[in-house]
Parts: sequence; C-alpha cells; structure tokens
Amino acid sequence: MSDQTSDQHRIDLAPGDEREGGVGLRVLGYVTGLGLALLLTATSFFIAGTDLVWQPSIPVAIIVLAIAQMGVHLVFFLHLTTGPDNTNNVMALAFGVLIVFLVIGGSLWIMANLNQNMMPMDQIMQMQR
Amino acid sequence: MFGKLNWSAIPIDQPIPMIASGVVALVILGVLAWVVLAGHLPYLWREWITSVDHKRIGVMYTLLAMVMLLRGFSDAIMMRSQQAVAFQSQGYLPPEHYNQIFSAHGTIMIFFVAMPFVIGLMNLVVPLQLGVRDVAFPTLNSVGFWLTATGALLVNISLVVGEFARTGWLPYPPLSGLTYSPGVGVDYYLWALQISGVGTLVAGINLVTTVLKLRTRGMTYLRMPMFCWTTLASSLLIVAAFPILTATLAMLILDRYFGFHFFTNEAGGNVMMFMNLIWAWGHPEVYILVLPAFGIFSEVVSTFSGKPLFGYRSMVLATMAICVISFMVWLHHFFTMGAGPYVNAIFGIASMIIAVPTGVKIYNWLFTMYGGRVRFDTPMLWAIGFMVTFILGGLTGVLVAVPPADFLLHNSLFLVAHFHNVIIGGVLFGAFAGYAYWFPKAFGFRLHEGLGKAAFWCWLIGFYVAFMPLYALGFLGMTRRMQHYDVAEWRPWLLVAAAGAVIILIGIIFQIMQLTVSIRHREELRDRTGDPWDGRSLEWATASPPPAFNFAISPDVTGEDAYWSLKAHAKQQGLEKRELDYKDIEMPRNSPTGFVCAFFATIMGFALIWHIWWMVAAGALGAFATFVAFAWRDHDEYVIPAKEVARIDRANIEERRALTSLAGA
Repeated sequence: MSDQTSDQHRIDLAPGDEREGGVGLRVLGYVTGLGLALLLTATSFFIAGTDLVWQPSIPVAIIVLAIAQMGVHLVFFLHLTTGPDNTNNVMALAFGVLIVFLVIGGSLWIMANLNQNMMPMDQIMQMQR
Repeated sequence: MFGKLNWSAIPIDQPIPMIASGVVALVILGVLAWVVLAGHLPYLWREWITSVDHKRIGVMYTLLAMVMLLRGFSDAIMMRSQQAVAFQSQGYLPPEHYNQIFSAHGTIMIFFVAMPFVIGLMNLVVPLQLGVRDVAFPTLNSVGFWLTATGALLVNISLVVGEFARTGWLPYPPLSGLTYSPGVGVDYYLWALQISGVGTLVAGINLVTTVLKLRTRGMTYLRMPMFCWTTLASSLLIVAAFPILTATLAMLILDRYFGFHFFTNEAGGNVMMFMNLIWAWGHPEVYILVLPAFGIFSEVVSTFSGKPLFGYRSMVLATMAICVISFMVWLHHFFTMGAGPYVNAIFGIASMIIAVPTGVKIYNWLFTMYGGRVRFDTPMLWAIGFMVTFILGGLTGVLVAVPPADFLLHNSLFLVAHFHNVIIGGVLFGAFAGYAYWFPKAFGFRLHEGLGKAAFWCWLIGFYVAFMPLYALGFLGMTRRMQHYDVAEWRPWLLVAAAGAVIILIGIIFQIMQLTVSIRHREELRDRTGDPWDGRSLEWATASPPPAFNFAISPDVTGEDAYWSLKAHAKQQGLEKRELDYKDIEMPRNSPTGFVCAFFATIMGFALIWHIWWMVAAGALGAFATFVAFAWRDHDEYVIPAKEVARIDRANIEERRALTSLAGA
C-alpha cells in the first residue's frame, strides 16, 4: 500500500510542476517550442504578403497555422501530454474547447439566423416613412 | 475632483429609500458600536475577517446570503404590496423607484443570496466530505469571499448615494445604454457584478482544484459523496460561464464609458448580441445554482432514509450530463426575438432534453426513500417540499420550452411564476435544507426543530399562495414588471399573491427566531457526538465544530458512504483501542489579503461608478500592492504540534465514546 502511495505521489504532479530531470533537457524543450512558434509566426507573415500560394486560400492557411501555433504552445509551454498524470489537464482542455465551440458556433448560427428572418433594412425604413 | 458625485446624488426628497437606508445605517452602526465597545473587534479580525479557514469562510458566505435575503425580500414585499394597491392608481411607489426595486430584487437574489448561499455551503462541506484539511487555495478563497461582499456593499450603497439600475436584473440594451440610462444606476450594477464576478470565478477555480486534486486516501471519484460531484459540476460551470458574463458586461461598460458601439442601435452595433451573450452565461448560471442544491438533497434524502443513495452512478451521469447540456439551451430565453423555425426548434428540443437527467434525479430520490425508514426532521421536510414544488416548476419549464407556447407566455407573469417556482422550490429550499443539516457541524449545536418546521410550513404554503396566482395572471395576459394596471380581473389574484408574500414573511420571522432561540439554548441543543443525524459521509466523522485541521489523521476510504461503512465495521468488530500515530500538522496562516484587497476594490468600484479617476487609480494601485505584498511573504504556514493534535483528538474521541458505543472507531 505504501509503495503504491509513494508511486502515485511521484506521478501526481500539479500543473506547472516539473518532472525530475536535467535542466538541459527542459531548456531543450523550451527552445524547440520557441523555434517552432517563431517558425509558424514567420510563415504566417510570409504567406500573407506573398503570391506563392493561391490567394483565396490565404485565410484558411493562416487559420491552420494559428491552430498549429496553439498546439505548440500547449505541448511545449503548458506541458500538456497524454500521460496518466495529465488526464485532468486534457479533460479541462477538452471541456474548454467544447464550450468555446458551443458558444462561438452557437452565437454565429443564432445571429445569422436572426438576420435572415429580419426584413431588409431599407424596407423597414420605407415602412417607417 | 469628485466626478459626477455631488450632494444631489442623495435622494433627500424621496422618503422611502431615505427611511429604509436610515434604519439600515442605524442597525449597522449599532452592531459596529457594540462590536467595538464590547471588545470583540480583535477577536473578529483575528478569527473571522482574516481567516483562511474554509469553514469560517463558508459561514461568512452563508451569513452574507442570509442578510442579503432580508434586503431582497423587502424589495419583494414592496413589489407585491405596490401591485396589490396600484389598480387604476399610481400606488405608493413612483415608476422610477418601482423599476429600481424589481431590478435590485432580481440582482440581489441571484448574485448575493443564491450564489453566496450555495458557495458558502460548498466551502464549508466539500473539504470535510473529501476528508482533507482545507481547500486548494485558502487565501484565494478569502479574497473571493471579500470581493463578493464588495459587490453586495456597492449594490446597497446605491440605495443612499445615487440610484440603482431601472433595467431589470439583466441590463438589456438599448435601455441600459447611455442614451436611455444616463444615470449611475446601470454603472452600479455593472461594477458590483464585475467585482463580485471575480470573486465567484475565484471560488469556482478553487473548488474545481480541491475536488480534482485534494481527495483523501482511497477517495476515488466514484466514492465521492454526491454533493462533491454536484460541486464539481457547478464549479466547472462557473469557470466556463462566468468569463462570458464578464466579457459581456465589459463590452457594455465600453459602450457606456468610451462610446463604443457593441450593443448600440447605430454604427454597426447589435443589441441582439447582448441577449445572446448574456444568456449564454445566464442559462448555465441557473444550473450553477441548482446543481449544488441537488447535491444537498441527495445527502439529506439518503441520510434521513437511512439508505445509500439509489442509483449513485446514474446520479453522477445525470449531473455531468446537465453540466454539458446546460450550455446548449440558452436561446430559449429569447425564442420571440425573431429566430427562424430551425433554431427555435432545436433549442426547444434541447431544453426539453435537459429535463430528462433532472427527472432521473427525482426518481433516484424517490427510490432512495422507498423502503427506507424515513425520519421527518427539518432538512428532510425541505427535501420533500422541494420534490413536490420542483416537479411543478419543471413541468411549467418544459411547457415554456415549446416555442409556440413560449410566444404566448413570454414576459408574462407565467414566466415569473415559473422561475420563482424552480429557484425558490429548488435552490432556496436546498440552501435551507443544507443550512439546517450542516448547522450542527459548523457550530456544534442543532437548530431548534419546532421553529424550523414552522418556518418550513410558512415558506411552503406562502410560496404556493404567492406564486400560483401568478401562473393564472400569466394566462390572463398580465406582463411582468407593471407598476400599475387597469384590468379588474387581475386584482383578486394580486391580492392573494400579496397575502402569500406575508405568509413567507412569517416564515422568515420564524427563521430569525429559530436562530436566536437556538443560540440562547445552545447548551441543550449541543451536539457532542459530531454525528447528530446518523450521517453517512466523512464530515460527520470529525467533531462538531471541527478543529482547525478538520481531521487529526487523514481518513482512509474503502468504499462509498465512507463514514457509514466505518460505523458498520465498528458495530461488527467492536471498538479497537489502538494508539493513533499523531503527526505535526501544517496549516495555512491567516491573512488580511482578502479583506484589504476588497477594501481597495470597493474604493475603485465606487470611483468608477462616479467617474472619480484619481480615486480609481488609488484603488487599483492599493489592490495591486496588496497582491504584491502577499506574493512576497515568507511565512505562509504554521505548525500545530503533534501533542496538541493528540490532545484535541483524544478529547473528541473520549466524548464520542462516552455518548455512543460506536463512534470514534
């Protein structure tokens, strides 16, 4: 029992706590993250101002790069992993993403639908005359 | 120098608010004078105001809620009496005052009664049920409480200095915009809610972390008492929903203070976006309130039936399902705003679906009682009253979830009756059940049973007499928030409703009597066992009131109903006299951070309302400096030596053994 408890204690780290390991390893992780983040940022700026890619696809490309940027931040800076000690963090992220999706998606849908069922503005103005 | 503030802000020409605030000021000054003269101030400062003990903070939250209940209820009495007399006349409340009263009533009852009441009970009970010594962030907990108190204080200041919002409890633009509400009323609303919203968010984060990270040995998720599950779900909703409220109100603030156009009619603003966003918070909010109440009823029903909760796992599933679905129904608050049939139908169906897990819960409670030996103590009476009342409220809720029906009932008194039916019958009855159930745990003596039952019957009967007429009035076409009316058929129903409010008033008087009588007779009502109700979860395993460290030795949990199985085990095996191995306990040191922070936040909020910019800067600087001072402190814990722990715990065990043959195992 006591063995098990100490085992649990070892892997049960609070968010932000660092696993034991060399400082070098940790610095390497952050540097990799920084490199990837800079690369993704530079790419977005580059794509926005170039005609190497098909013009209408630029917004999509920037959205994709932004999502990749979020992924880099989550993995390298917020230390989100798939390990058993990270279940809470992954669940929290999933819940957060779900809520953001529901609220933003729902709002867009509701607001678009409201405007669809409105009389066009110029007609309203005419009626008020 | 003082922005918009001058002497004309004090409504000397209006007798009602002046007399009311005069009386309140006298009471507050009297209490303060008594505290100072009797020498209680150092005690209060040391043991309560600066306390970071979750039990003390929970008690203070609950006390705030009960005091604010009196304020909110006096608004309710004024509304009911105004509508009783205002037939073909102006009544005694002028329209601008009446509008402030219904706005203040809604705001206070939701944000400063229901919220602090449930958060207070969660704070008090959850760490005890989980078998731990405190919440995850004790000082943050104190900050959260005091910021909530700041919000309540600002709302009450508006009674004397300036005015409160006249917009209803949700400040819909364009009415709440600068054009139609040029006064400070909406600003009082906005800043009171922004500041107390920070407090609520902090409390939510704290409780989520506590449940996820701080359970005692063996307390797996599926062994947690139901109240811990509903606390988790409710706190998750707080963390997810309150930022939406903050952002929405911040946009309204930008509109009002800096001429932005988020919610204006011109320059590309869209008022519908406000309804949409405020209800994206507002609907989860009602589940934030009612889920903890469901948890309280689960604990009460299973304790007073002497049985484990029926269908524990289905209850967990239902709770978490409500937690997610509550984010998918918000459009049902504005079916009539012009959305097309697809949108209305889908949100209508989602609103009906959310009744399913709630129904599961009702059946679970009924089956828990079935075959049990039910004891009808006060908490159980509240629970049974809840089940009957809440089913009725739920049914009218499903009715207004049907868009065509909602088109007829929208903004009528039917709606007002519906949400009072679920909030009083659900949240408030739950809070009162929890208050009666856990009071002996918090203070070491029970509440007087007879007066408690009298209060319950007055509340129950008063509720039906006050709100059933409103359903009828809704069908008769009466809209909400009317200052006067000319329809003769409405009059009798409104007189009955006013009589109902008087019956509730008698119930509240019984509750005040119950508290005073119980305090006076505390020696007779003393609970020495720590387990006055033959409870099932871990909070009953420690003394009443619990020592600062809650548990001398962290309990080891081996199944559901942790304390019940301990007692059953002791019954079979007999008591084993073993020497317990006490250790030093580290506890968080008290800190004035919360109080000082809230002091500066109050100054800042008041200054923002009145546009006194130098004072805003001073308040913000003070609050930030408090935070920095807290972050730099070196000693944040103190040690209770093992000897002291042993002395307290042995005394407790002795006392229990003397009284029961079982406890203390």
